[in-house]
Amino acid sequence: MIFQALAFYLFALVAVGSAVMVISSRNPVHAVLFLILTFFNAAALFILMGAEFLGMILVIVYVGAVAVMFLFVVMMLDINFAELRQGFLRYLPIGAVVGLVLLAELLVVLGGWTFAPDASASVQSPAPGLEQVTNTRALGLLIYTHYLFLFQGAGIILLIAMIGAIVLTLRRREGARRQDIAAQVARRPADSVEVRKVPSGRGV
Amino acid sequence: MPTAEFPNLFPALPEIFLLVAAMALLMFGVFRKDDEAGPARVRCSRIVARLCILALLCALILVVTMNGSDRVTTFNGMFVVDRFAVYFKVLILISSALSILIAQDYLEVHRVARFEFPVLVVLASVGMMLMVSANDLMALYLGLEMQSLSLYIIASFQRDDQRSVEAGLKYFVLSALASGMLLYGSSLIYGFTGTTSFDAMAGALAAAPGEAVSLGALIGIVFILAGLAFKISAVPFHMWTPDVYEGAPTPVTAFFAVAPKLAAIALLLRVMMEPFGALTVQWQQVIVFISVASMALGAYAAIGQSNIKRLMAYSSIGHVGYALIGLAVGNEAGVRGVLIYMAIYLFMNIGAFTCILSMRRRGQMVVGINDLAGVSKSNPMLALALAIFMFSLAGIPPLAGFFGKLYIFLAAVQAGYFTLAIIGVLTSVVGAFYYIRIVKVMYFDEAEEVLDRRMDRPTALVMAATGILIAIFFIIPDPLLSQAQAAAQSLFGG
Repeated sequence: MIFQALAFYLFALVAVGSAVMVISSRNPVHAVLFLILTFFNAAALFILMGAEFLGMILVIVYVGAVAVMFLFVVMMLDINFAELRQGFLRYLPIGAVVGLVLLAELLVVLGGWTFAPDASASVQSPAPGLEQVTNTRALGLLIYTHYLFLFQGAGIILLIAMIGAIVLTLRRREGARRQDIAAQVARRPADSVEVRKVPSGRGV
Repeated sequence: MPTAEFPNLFPALPEIFLLVAAMALLMFGVFRKDDEAGPARVRCSRIVARLCILALLCALILVVTMNGSDRVTTFNGMFVVDRFAVYFKVLILISSALSILIAQDYLEVHRVARFEFPVLVVLASVGMMLMVSANDLMALYLGLEMQSLSLYIIASFQRDDQRSVEAGLKYFVLSALASGMLLYGSSLIYGFTGTTSFDAMAGALAAAPGEAVSLGALIGIVFILAGLAFKISAVPFHMWTPDVYEGAPTPVTAFFAVAPKLAAIALLLRVMMEPFGALTVQWQQVIVFISVASMALGAYAAIGQSNIKRLMAYSSIGHVGYALIGLAVGNEAGVRGVLIYMAIYLFMNIGAFTCILSMRRRGQMVVGINDLAGVSKSNPMLALALAIFMFSLAGIPPLAGFFGKLYIFLAAVQAGYFTLAIIGVLTSVVGAFYYIRIVKVMYFDEAEEVLDRRMDRPTALVMAATGILIAIFFIIPDPLLSQAQAAAQSLFGG
């Protein structure tokens, strides 16, 4: 129990600390790296709660895809982050007030929140408890059997999105250098190497 | 170790066939050597378009031949095939095939003939077929997104044209908002009934007839209604329609005006009649409002339009209003009226768009209504066809459009909704003004410069076929009427 509590505070502290670093670090690349650290710690928190599937997905999707895309964007676009951050201190009080109001509202809502008494009775297909089956296994058992139709449908939707991205953005540019494997393989030394006889003492 | 039964794939065979065909054609197109906008690419797109039409026709045959008269569900009750679904699937497949057929020439002229276009239309039709067969909120949403995603892409297919891209983007943003509303409504419904399955939902909502209906479920229904009303562009969720119809490439507009509306109307009918059938009194007033507002806006806002694509957009808003009367009536006769109406609407609209696609001056597309001046002399067949479609859209007997409205109004009057029927008749009189104005421009105005005579063969064929169908519908209406009757019966468990 004590180990769990310690682990929780460790991950939670690192997560909050690195989240603060995301918005306060000067170098945007560092900010994205701190974001990745935040994701990792959040994933660890999920695992601590027994939701190992969510933890893994968080790492795969957010670290593997989203954060890497952020890195690309940060490196490819020439955004002056120092300029964007001008007036940060000036607007800090307003931001803090808005944040506090949101926090207060959240507390009010969550404080008065209870499950409807008959909600658990009206569930048509209740999920088995954690001690019976791990959640990755439970999800797998459902997604590939009961929800096969939806799973395949979602796959088709992703395929359509991919076709769309290609149709709407891919252009063949003049002068772009593409790899032509056949041409590479067919290349002979005679085409690219020139043997010259250099008279001694003259240089090339 | 729990084992799962392998789902019965047989009822979904047409969809599976179309998906496999679409993917195969995609591979075919990708692996064929092509060049940017060169002849090889055009040739490839032509082959793929033809094969896509063939695939759609094969799916049509599958849908029709596998149609038992009973209701079959599969995939754990998420997918349902009944006469109602079959009826709409046939219409959707016909409209997709016709859209691909009339699109090819336009795409080639505008140098955007790419093989992805017909494949995306096929994928959109699969999405629509899933919508029509959805028997679960999640299946509903997946079908809807599959359809919408394909539609966003083909709306901005002319990607070098700013208006086309704008249309795609506008449709995307607003449609995403509507999807959000739909999802919010679905989550409320799920929360209050504890299920996403339509069958179980109907049981949960109908369980206590004496008790007051829970407010949360009602709000959920209204949100779902709002999301679906957006998809059929009913007032007050119609704002995107004129802009998207105007900006999208014309054959895409033709497709937009027909197939997605068919699917969304089918979905709306099924959702309102099956799971929420017990709450008819509750949602009826919303549908009545949407219907009246759509009819009125469709009639009045179209009067000032000078662009024929925008005019067709307002016209489609109005027609959705008429179709919704049948839903508002909420009985079998009303649903039968909607089914007949949508079938006739399909042919009228595709026909009208073939005429719009044929409006060219010196090889360039024109879309102004005044550009039609003098067409009766330069191209009498086009003028005749467009006149037939316009008279039919206005609902003038003996053309098919009249019968569509007749059955809807008849159902409304029989069920005692006189006000709705009277408003419908009045707005169609107002609407007749702008339809007939087009005929007047064609036959009585003098043109400074006439339109080209050239028409490509597939478009001309589709125009002739739909024109003849519309004109002679009153001689042989029985096949459509009996099919619609059977489909409506199956929705009411008959």
